[in-house]
Formats: sequence, structure tokens, C-alpha cells
Amino acid sequence: MVENRPVRDVLAHAVLITGVLLVAFPLWVTFVASTLTFEQIVTVPMPLWPGDHFLANYTQVLTAGSEKGSSAPVSTMLVNSLIMALSIATGKIAISILSAFAIVYFRFPGRSFFFWSVFVTLMLPVEVRIIPTFKVASDLGILNTHVGLALPLIASATATFLFRQFFMTIPDELAEAARIDGAGPVRFFIDVVLPLSKTHMAALFVILFIYGWNQYLWPLLITTSESMYTVVIGIKRMIAGGDASNEWHLIMATAMMALMPPALVVVLMQKWFVKGLVETEK
Amino acid sequence: MAEISLQGVTKSFGKTEVIHTTDITINDGEFVVMVGPSGCGKSTILRMIAGLETSTTGEIRIAGKRVNEVEPKDRNIAMVFQNYALYPHMSVYDNMAYGLKIRKLAKDDIERRVQRAAKILELGQYLKRKPRELSGGQRQRVAMGRAIVREPAAFLFDEPLSNLDAKLRVQMRLEIQKLHRELRTTSVYVTHDQVEAMTLANRMIVINAGVVEQIGAPLEVYDNPASLFVAGFIGSPSMNFLPGLRSGDGVEVGEGLVVPLPPEIRGSAGEQVTVGVRPEHFVAGDGGGPRFKLRVDTVEALGADSLLHAGFNGSHLVVRIEGHSTPRAGSEFEVSVLPGKAYFFDTGTGKRLGA
Repeated sequence: MVENRPVRDVLAHAVLITGVLLVAFPLWVTFVASTLTFEQIVTVPMPLWPGDHFLANYTQVLTAGSEKGSSAPVSTMLVNSLIMALSIATGKIAISILSAFAIVYFRFPGRSFFFWSVFVTLMLPVEVRIIPTFKVASDLGILNTHVGLALPLIASATATFLFRQFFMTIPDELAEAARIDGAGPVRFFIDVVLPLSKTHMAALFVILFIYGWNQYLWPLLITTSESMYTVVIGIKRMIAGGDASNEWHLIMATAMMALMPPALVVVLMQKWFVKGLVETEK
Repeated sequence: MAEISLQGVTKSFGKTEVIHTTDITINDGEFVVMVGPSGCGKSTILRMIAGLETSTTGEIRIAGKRVNEVEPKDRNIAMVFQNYALYPHMSVYDNMAYGLKIRKLAKDDIERRVQRAAKILELGQYLKRKPRELSGGQRQRVAMGRAIVREPAAFLFDEPLSNLDAKLRVQMRLEIQKLHRELRTTSVYVTHDQVEAMTLANRMIVINAGVVEQIGAPLEVYDNPASLFVAGFIGSPSMNFLPGLRSGDGVEVGEGLVVPLPPEIRGSAGEQVTVGVRPEHFVAGDGGGPRFKLRVDTVEALGADSLLHAGFNGSHLVVRIEGHSTPRAGSEFEVSVLPGKAYFFDTGTGKRLGA
């Protein structure tokens, strides 16, 4: 829209800038707090300009963890989180793209039953089935392992549904042309479907990576050994008790590091992400 | 190169039979066009030849070999689709080479075949492009290239020109003709456009509601339509039909006008007969045949000729006359049928009388 209304422009900008400030301010406070000492943080008012303990705080949490709460180093936690988020994202994409392929391109008995049963699980969030899932995980002996962190969260109705919707927009003639060209289902999947799904996979990867990274309840339940903590759980474990005993400067440093990887994934894959959501190349 | 034959082929989806018993033989090197209105089953027949659909009964043979149980890829055919069905993420070259790669042809053999097809279709400079960077006509040429490189026994075309604009359609029609002259490959072409059928076909197969109505060379079908449907479908503007009653040696079509029947189809009076006259078989004034006094409703002046629209005893008539002696809308105008150019059909069965 091309309009020239100065008052509305100013108003619009004011609203937007206020919004940005509202989002950015807590982040700024977190960052500032992560560069101060414990004493500086508990003074009232807390300084709003970075202090000089940046390196000290970050080195401390990365190598040794906090002193009073959990003593696992954050570097281990970051690795755990990364393994978990990557396995969940890739696992979900791999499984759901295959099941969507089966549902769209093969006629087998009970096809719509299977599709709908996958679809219905959309209504069951992790929290609802968490106790039985825990029981199964414990029987399988995968508590306190990376497999245990990722595996129960891999099945994904949402991704299956999205891929199904995308596959249905691929013209049937493409599959028929491939059949006449002599490509069997596997060749067709690898040579045609996968390349066409690239942008969708990238978009889903971003969403699912963040989903996996931010998992809280499930890791909280099944990780009891410090070496298996994810960074989100790490933050929780550092908050050990009353206000005075929490090392807020270290907790804030951990929080800063916890939010870096998802932010990085979004920034790096933004182009693909947007493409996957808006554009289909057919 | 191969002969294709269908014997006693039917196709049912569930309980509805969409293709009734069909026998077709397509000779080696022939260009056959299947034409009919949308939903008549012409594409289904083509897809059964391709192996994308199974036939419910009957036998399909390609080059003398029964192929009912053979996978599409092993039938030695190539198909061109209406929406091109090019692989969007592959270059023009890869689109054409894909089927050959799967069949594990040697690299230099693939290169040679693709280059040859590109040369025939004048696609040489586009080989590195993606389909989305091409125009509709170029895309359809790539789709034909993909068919050519396989050097198949037969080409199957499923409405290949329907997605193109009018001008391009004419151009591609000529190119397909040229292509067939060069390659002499057996071709089956499906279209709903009777102009494409008339211009491309060695023989055409007119299909209506799952039934083969007539098979023959285009002009033969045009001159001797076997039924009301074929008569109305082939030819543009379509044939005029006047329902009437047989009386004596002619057919009474209303307003006291009797169209005389040729001697070989005279019969009992009182039968319902439909008289068909093509718009171009009328002449202004007295041409020797039955004369019609018309009040002209609309005139479409096309330059070379003019189309007059008029009502006659409840039927709508279209008359094509020479372009410059055009009467005005609303005026009275007399036309007559050229001698021997009226067709007679049994109104009940739709079959041509005396054919």
C-alpha cells in the first residue's frame, strides 16, 4: 500500500518500537546479568550496563557448572541438548516423510484408517501420555540415555500431515511419468519426492529443532544423572533453593547460551524457512 | 515401431462400466487420434495402453505381445502428458536423460540420444535450464523430447496441447506432424479438439460415453458420419439437425418443407428421421436442393465467410455463406441445400440411415 499519512506512520512505528523494546528488554537484562558478579546483581537497582565478568562467568559455567546448584558443566549440557534436538528433528522428518509417502502413493488396506490414527495422535500432547511413556522407557532401560531423550518424542503427526498435504499437491502425472521412465517407488522417492521436499524439510527442521531444544518436562523426568542434563534442565537444577542462594550471574550466563543455538538455527536457515512456508516449486 | 491392438477391452470402476467392449487396431507407423468430449473415456483407453490403468477384460497387445500384465516401463512406450509432468528440479537435459539413466544406458549413448532429440526439437540452447524457466510450448517440447530419447515402439499423447494458448497450439500441431513424418513412430493421440483430430490424424477414432462410434480417416468421417453424435462432433460450426417425420419419398421437417430422401433409404411413412445439413452445405438462393426461408437472428461476419444464425421450426440453424453478400440481422433470407448434401439419421437410435 502506498499511502502518505504521517500521523499514522508515526503511530505505527511507535507501536512497533514499543513491541521490540518489550521483547528485547528482558533479553538485555539477562545478558547484562550474565556479565555481573553476584553482589552486583542483588544490589537495588540492578545495573543496566554490562559489567566486566563476562569471560569469568561464561568460562565458569562452561567448564565447571555452578557452585551451589548442579555442578555439571554447561558444555556437556549443550552437547546433550544438541544431540537431543538434532535427533528429534531429523528423526521426525525421516519418519514422517516416509509415512506420508506411504499414505499418499500406495494403496494398501486400511490406508485411511492409518492416516486418521496418525492424525488423531495430534490431540495427545506429550504431557498426556507421559506416565505410560516413562514406564515403557524405563522397561526398555533407556532412562538417562540420549536414546531415551529423543526416541519417545520422534513420532510426529504434525509433520506427517504437512508432508501429506505437500505430496498431494504434486501432480499425479509426475508419478506416472516416473513409472513410465522406469523409476520404482524407491527411485521416485529419492530422485523426485525428496528434492521437491527440500524446502519443506528445511522449514520443518527449524521448527522441530526448536521444539526439541526446548523440551522440558520429558528430560526433567528421565534424566537423573548430571551427565545427561540438557541445558534447559540445567537451568532448572541451578535454581536450587531460596533467592539468596541462587547464583543468578551463572544462571543468566547459562540461559544466554541456551537460547543461542535455536536463534542461530533460525537466523541461518531463515531464507529456507520462509521459502518452505510460502513457495512450492512444481 | 509396432502395431497396437485392443481386443474386447472394457474398463469398470466399481460397478460402472466406463469403457464398453472396444476393439481397435493401430497399424505400425500410424498416427491415430482418439477424439471425443471430456469424460468419454478416451484418456482411460490411452492409459490402459500405457499400463497406468488395468483393463477389466480383454487383451491389449503391443507389437504382437500381450501386455496386460506388463509394467508401463517394460511396454516400450513413451507418454506425453497434458501438464507436461516434467521433473521440476531437474534441468532439461536431466529430464530427458532420466529414463535412460534408470535403464542404465552408457553415458555417451545417453548424450547422443539427448543431443539428437534436442536438435530435432530445437532445444539445444535450453538444455541447462530448469522447466520453470521455459515457456509452455518449450516445456511441451521437452516432454516430447523425453519421449523421443527412449526410442519407443509407440508415442502416447494425452491432450498435449490443451494447456497452450491458441497460437502456440497451431504451431505445435505442425511440429507434431513434422515429428511424425520424420520418426514414423506409431502414435496415439488423445484430444477433445476436433480440429487437432482432423489435422493430425491418419485415422481418427470418435468416442462417446465409452463407446467407439466411428473409426476412419478424417475426411471419410467428416463426409460419412456414422451417427448423429459423430456428425455433430466433427466439423465446426457443427452440423444442423432438423427433426422430422418420414412422409412418402421425403422427410417433412416443418413449415411444409419436405427434404427428399435418396432412393436407397426410402421406407415406411411415419418414422422419426433427423435431417442433418452442414453449415457449409447451404448456398444463398436456389442451389437445386430444398429451400429454406429464414429470418436471420444474428450475423457473425468473419471476413472470408459469414455465419448466419436463424431459427427454423424450433431448431437453431447455422448457415455459412460467402463473406460479402451478407444479409442484415432481422431480414428474410433464402438458402438451399446443395444437392445430395443432406444426411439422414434414425432419431431413435442415432444411426445414419443408408450407411
